[in-house]
Amino acid sequence: MSGFASYLVFFLIVASIYGVMVLGLNLQWGYTGLFNAGVVGFYAIGAYGTAILAGPEREALVGGFGLPYPLALLGGMAATGVAALVVGLATLRLRAEYLAIATFGTAIGVQLVAVNFERLTGGVNGLIGLTRPGFAWFGTPGAYNLFFLGVMAVLVAAVFLALEAAVRSPWGRLLKAVREDETAARSLGKNIARLRLQAFVLGSIPIGLAGGLYVGFIGYVSPLDFLPILTFQVWAMLIVGGSGNNAGALLGAVGVWALWTMSGLAISRLVPVAWQSQAGAIQVLLIGLLIVVVLLVRPQGLLGERATVSREAE
Amino acid sequence: MGGRGQLEVREVAVAFGAVRAVDGVSLTAAAGRITGLIGPNGAGKTTLFNAIAGELRSQAGQILLDGHRLDGLPPHRVFAAGLARTFQIPRPFAGMTVLENLMTVPARQKGERFWMNWIARGAVRAEERAIRARAEAIMEFCGLAPVARSRAGAISGGQQKLVELARALMAEPAIILLDEPGAGVNSRLLDHLVDRIRALNARGMTFLIIEHNMDVIGALCDQVLVMAAGRRLAEGPPAAVIRRPEVIEAYLGGAAA
Repeated sequence: MSGFASYLVFFLIVASIYGVMVLGLNLQWGYTGLFNAGVVGFYAIGAYGTAILAGPEREALVGGFGLPYPLALLGGMAATGVAALVVGLATLRLRAEYLAIATFGTAIGVQLVAVNFERLTGGVNGLIGLTRPGFAWFGTPGAYNLFFLGVMAVLVAAVFLALEAAVRSPWGRLLKAVREDETAARSLGKNIARLRLQAFVLGSIPIGLAGGLYVGFIGYVSPLDFLPILTFQVWAMLIVGGSGNNAGALLGAVGVWALWTMSGLAISRLVPVAWQSQAGAIQVLLIGLLIVVVLLVRPQGLLGERATVSREAE
Repeated sequence: MGGRGQLEVREVAVAFGAVRAVDGVSLTAAAGRITGLIGPNGAGKTTLFNAIAGELRSQAGQILLDGHRLDGLPPHRVFAAGLARTFQIPRPFAGMTVLENLMTVPARQKGERFWMNWIARGAVRAEERAIRARAEAIMEFCGLAPVARSRAGAISGGQQKLVELARALMAEPAIILLDEPGAGVNSRLLDHLVDRIRALNARGMTFLIIEHNMDVIGALCDQVLVMAAGRRLAEGPPAAVIRRPEVIEAYLGGAAA
């Protein structure tokens, strides 16, 4: 494979991992109006959960169960779901804004555990030497990446179709009603608390899945992979692509990730060497600018949400 | 006319700190009739509505619908008991279509439960079709069919009032409380709204209406209750009540204050 083709495969794998995350956030924010300010925390729980369950046994570490990767992945998703359930239950009776604070705090807490709880997470060194699933079947990294991209395509399609089926229903219609006017929905006799909790937990699970997939692809996990900037990126993808539209969520993931990587490349080529250390900040500025422009010019995102959500009301 | 929707309010009081917004008011909205609630601004009419609908706790008195106590129940339980209300300022689900606004209303839909959409798809779909058919009939009745697929936030204020009425009808209530249905509605749409309320009443629906437009009150109500400063001032047929000196004074005094 040529350099460009293999880079494209790598790019698409990372973009589709982001895509799964954005789909999860879209269920929470796009459909239900739940402000998850700690996407990275749930992503990290999925990643560490998968790594701990799949990793080989090792000295002085909790875990290392050596489970087959698909099982470990399911375990990572379950761990994320449980974490979301705890956060969701704790904030259920509070006003919506408190969820943002609670999720932000969760992400910080997870980061601190990742860095400091060495016996569980390997501390700053992380967990290394994880077996990449199915790697032995392929001779070269290039062929393996192509295989992994195929797996990602299937998983993205599965998450997309499952979420579409879930929201294009009376359940999805009610999520949107809660987003639009919680008071009016409650006065119509709807159980708002249960619905918000469901959407929060079900939206967190794909975010955890993305973390587990990232671990499978990279083969190690380290706290440096879970910086707060990731939450910002995922939000940017959702806003640019189109909040409340699952296809928009995927489009935003690919589009913003393309812009992010290309701007990184452009900065490394065009910006004077003395400024290279500020490259990261320039990238964040560019994405921030993109969000502002989109909000001004096309507030609904590239693909805005459709007026009708439930299938039988088309 | 099943005689449903008899609302009895007995000596209800609501205070905000030292202010007695509703001070021991009693009223009866007779089953199958349209009862008006009028009075100057600040008389406590909407506060009384909120107390009846369960959004405010009344500190004293009783509220009964067809003999069942409503006071002390939260709004969704009052709603489930058969009392639907509209808001002075319409609160539609603005980003949703008019059709979906209506389809959201029916209680205990199978498809509202996440798992039912996976394990009982056929039953959910059948229920959805029935709900949709009812929503379409109500939109037809209310004159909302042309805007069925418009976002509720994008239609006129008058049409939004009709959406509120249509949403209330979707719940098949025993009584509907309308809070200023005529406010901000153009005269043609207002005639339509009045006509629809009468048609519903002819089928047995009970109404309690707050309204400032006396033409609307005169056209609809058999009986009106006048409130001023949180108290019941007068009661009777609209034409007679508005000529009473204490009512005229309350309105003029209210305007002067």
